[in-house]
Amino acid sequence: MPSVKIPKKSTDTDMTPFVDIGFLILSFFIMATKFKPPEPVPIVTPNSVNSTELPENNAVMISIDKDNKVYFSVFAKKDPAIADEIVRNVALSRNITLSDAEVKNFRNSITGMPVNKLKGYLAYPAAEQSKIKQDGIPVLDSATNELVWWIAASERAFAGQELKYLIKGDGESKYPTFKAVVDALKRNDKLKYNLVTMPEGVPGNSELDNYNREVQRLGTKK
Amino acid sequence: MASLDTGDGGGGHKKGPGVKKAKKLNTRVDMTPMVDLAFLLITFFIFTATMNNPTTMDLNMPKDTDKKDELTKTKQSGALTLMLGKDNHIFYYEGELLPDGSNFKTASYSQVRDIIIKKKREVEASYVRDPACEAEKQNAGKPISLCKQKDFFVMIKPTDESSYKNAVDILDEMTINKVERYALVKVADTEMDLIKATEASAPKQ
Repeated sequence: MPSVKIPKKSTDTDMTPFVDIGFLILSFFIMATKFKPPEPVPIVTPNSVNSTELPENNAVMISIDKDNKVYFSVFAKKDPAIADEIVRNVALSRNITLSDAEVKNFRNSITGMPVNKLKGYLAYPAAEQSKIKQDGIPVLDSATNELVWWIAASERAFAGQELKYLIKGDGESKYPTFKAVVDALKRNDKLKYNLVTMPEGVPGNSELDNYNREVQRLGTKK
Repeated sequence: MASLDTGDGGGGHKKGPGVKKAKKLNTRVDMTPMVDLAFLLITFFIFTATMNNPTTMDLNMPKDTDKKDELTKTKQSGALTLMLGKDNHIFYYEGELLPDGSNFKTASYSQVRDIIIKKKREVEASYVRDPACEAEKQNAGKPISLCKQKDFFVMIKPTDESSYKNAVDILDEMTINKVERYALVKVADTEMDLIKATEASAPKQ
């Protein structure tokens, strides 16, 4: 008889601490989560040991996907009118006038269309743009490097403000595309860029890494 | 033991001195659904969380110029040229490429760090004190030891067949090894020929 009773008692566990921990973790994740912005163009960036964070404002991003297509997007949450101005300028350089609705559709989009197809692309709202297959901004031929116009337009729109150029390339994309992007920036006299990468640990036990850490240690002491 | 017996017997079976048992049961809430829900939410947030925020790597390019005095000068003894070929191969040579191509070597990405470190040590070992450079570094608030590698210059020459990742990896090696002076340079035709010849002769593994 007693052998029957003991197992019955043990099935009943006190779940309270378990629940406590569960909700603790849950609240941590709720607070720590930044939702991934929807990515119409999937790009797997290479890793690097750099740890500078990505700016969220006053930046334009040039993306290269794995098929070597180039896209352009503007980071200007504070002042979305800047993005409007950029796309208007680019379109105007080719004598295309965009309606207000089309300009608005550009704000949070990632655009990779030759300028002559831009109007057709921006006719769709941002939510539907991801379904459209984009051709990529032509860059490889220096005579038809349209990225030059995009950069010139953003330079004008951001005039007087700090502007960062982010290059987000897929690891599998080929080097010539990246070089063409850099050439487009160079033609606008832009020589400083930020390459978007994923963080990676600094490989240890190399003498130079130790030296690096030593400098850091001395730096924090000061 | 006694209390266990009564509780157990009452809970499981029909015989009932009722009041006590009812109270005991009430204090216990079944937490299982709550736990289920909590963990469901946890998994949801874990999956949507972006824990690794992307970072950025600074890249400064020199201005294209034809003027001779604006060009960056390098010493031959401190130069290391890395060429990034296709399929993650690296070709490299130190100093100037010999006409017969005898100092043209092949490496992989796992070996390249050792090559850079070795060359850097060599340059540092042959450093002759340069007070002007040391004073300059001191004024800029940088460690004087950086002067030791002032002649060290890495030329990174990605070929058209290398990927963007290759270039970033090498730029990253520059950061890891604290190489102060490096540049992305176009591959010369003679080098391209040598790369092609090496790739043709080497059997694919």
